[in-house]
Amino acid sequence: MTLKPVLAALDDDAAPLTHHQLRELYTLMAAVRHLDTAAVAWQRQGIIPGYAPELGQEAAQVGSGYAVDRARDFVFPTYREMGVARAMGVDMVGYMSTHKATWHGGMYNPLESRFAPIQAVVAGSVLHAVGWAHGQTLAGAQETGVAVTYFGDGASSQGDVHEAMNFAAVMKAPVVFFIQNNGWAISVPTERQVAGGSVAARAAGYGIPSLQVDGNDVVAVFEATRSALAHCRSGNGPVVIEAMTYRRGPHSTADDPGRYRTLDEERLGAGEDPLERFKQRLLADGVADEAFFAEAQRKAAEEEETIRAGIADLGPRPGAEMFSLVFQEPTPALQSQATAWREESEHA
Amino acid sequence: MPETTITEATATTAVGIQQLSMQQALNRALDEILNENPKTVIFGEDCGQLGGVFRITDGLQAKHGEARVFDTPLAESGILGMSVGLAMAGFHPIPEVQFDGFAYPAINQIVCQIARMNYRSRGTLPMPITLRVPSFGGIRAPEHHGESLEALFAHVPGLKVVSPSNPHDAYHLLKYAASRPDPVIFMEPKSRYWQKGPVDVGSADQDTAAHDGGTDDAGSLTGARVAREGRHLTLVAWGAMVSRCLQVAELAAEDGIDIEVLDLRWLKPIDAEALATSVGKTRRAVVVHEAPLTSGLGAEVAQLITQSCFATLKAPVERVTGFDVPYPSGDLEDEYIPNIDRILFGIQRVLEYRRG
Repeated sequence: MTLKPVLAALDDDAAPLTHHQLRELYTLMAAVRHLDTAAVAWQRQGIIPGYAPELGQEAAQVGSGYAVDRARDFVFPTYREMGVARAMGVDMVGYMSTHKATWHGGMYNPLESRFAPIQAVVAGSVLHAVGWAHGQTLAGAQETGVAVTYFGDGASSQGDVHEAMNFAAVMKAPVVFFIQNNGWAISVPTERQVAGGSVAARAAGYGIPSLQVDGNDVVAVFEATRSALAHCRSGNGPVVIEAMTYRRGPHSTADDPGRYRTLDEERLGAGEDPLERFKQRLLADGVADEAFFAEAQRKAAEEEETIRAGIADLGPRPGAEMFSLVFQEPTPALQSQATAWREESEHA
Repeated sequence: MPETTITEATATTAVGIQQLSMQQALNRALDEILNENPKTVIFGEDCGQLGGVFRITDGLQAKHGEARVFDTPLAESGILGMSVGLAMAGFHPIPEVQFDGFAYPAINQIVCQIARMNYRSRGTLPMPITLRVPSFGGIRAPEHHGESLEALFAHVPGLKVVSPSNPHDAYHLLKYAASRPDPVIFMEPKSRYWQKGPVDVGSADQDTAAHDGGTDDAGSLTGARVAREGRHLTLVAWGAMVSRCLQVAELAAEDGIDIEVLDLRWLKPIDAEALATSVGKTRRAVVVHEAPLTSGLGAEVAQLITQSCFATLKAPVERVTGFDVPYPSGDLEDEYIPNIDRILFGIQRVLEYRRG
């Protein structure tokens, strides 16, 4: 399944991560862990109506998002890519506003952020990545921008994923299909979701090189993503990466994992915590000391406090936006509905 | 203007009034759109070398290159999902779904993605996509090749829907739709592809957005068109049903009944003003469409007429439509599509209606 030589050849030239970058990766993971944990608490406190935690997927998300070149690449997320967004520098109040129920796609600017609107349809945006990537080919740029599309083991069952991989391979579109196999699609485990046991294995059927990586090893994820991006950028067509990780939390704040897995199973499946694991490595390699980790934790808490305040300050959007943002050129019928709505709500 | 006779089947670039089939008019419109807008890309199943199964894209790949006119793998969701990404990258896609019934496999991408991306992205990612769908019945084709999906599309917030009834409108409405920043479902009446008619193709450098259709009777490109003036009753139709209604009007005229035919053209937004003007004058209306009756667009039209003309209507708005059945095989097609007799019966019911 793994066509490592194709990608590794490119990666050989890539410089190893500097100590500064390694510390930056940890700082990002700490910020994401803290914000993610906090968001669940916000929901319990009534600050936001719902949230889909990514607890346990910090390495997969930060490692891949950190490799993206924001000057030319474009990311197509689902609804569980908070860590990718944070690693890419997306405005986090704008990102979290989707969970505040302010606006479905989030309030950040997708074009400036190089991060498509939050997508609630499982596998909904995988084909968009192929179209965007083919657009880069049509534009004819050297060292082209790459589309990175995120989806999970559950989404891999959708027909659109098959169509997207086939289209991308036929058109040699610069797309990285980044799968986070987190073991669970709400309550259904991978073994009852993914025939053959691996999403990456399917890539061979499309003639797409694939990598299955330890999704809880942030450096491995970063390097795999960087190799894949380089492969795509050079006009070699798409790459599939399957990052093996584990959804430690519930599917969403409305979910109850106790109905489908025991705590023992959870502990066993989750394996080693990606943050703790990276911390031990940085300590062992002398890249960071305890003071650094304390500082990373302090910064994460500070950042979360700022985002929480920003979220709390978000009022509802003006109702007129329901009407004005449907079209670029609103229809007369819609305009008259907007007028009637305004008059009747003012009257009330 | 370049001298470009693409193939024998393709329109020349001569300007002024031309006798063209709708296939030729659409082909010429696409050729001009490709010339005028470098961001336009045309794709779908068999759209490239073959020129599409109806030859609407005939010769366009040879002339404009494989980057701008290309074949895709055979998967409608893929075609429409790809359109979203291309639009996000700044392109103006004109995808084709080969037949109406094959829009169903793409419905998720049309309804959940194309129709909503502008909204979801708060206007930062507009979807200037013109989806061409050979539509409606009448050609004895296999299953799923004769469907009328206008009510389904018109019900979806974020989509606009248009259907031309003649070559002139086909040319101008396609150019207009492709120039707009919102997604438009362009329903081509496939049974009318080969009938010729006069097309005022104007000059290539004319601003299509400002162009009002070329002839005085064409009206605005954004509204309905009075296809025939009359005093006693308005027949409201679109697509292939317009020519049938014009035939009916000729027959009715022999009995002294003077019928107005309103070609709706835009099915979303519907030109409510044109309905009010026409039925305000005739005080009677019959809506004709191929789609099934229940929750068909005829209900919407009837409501709009009732809203504006209730006080003066002489009879309830009548609907003559397809039935609430799956579109039948070719042998039964003529039983299903509103025919001249059924439309005349509908007219008769309205004319003979008495209150109380």
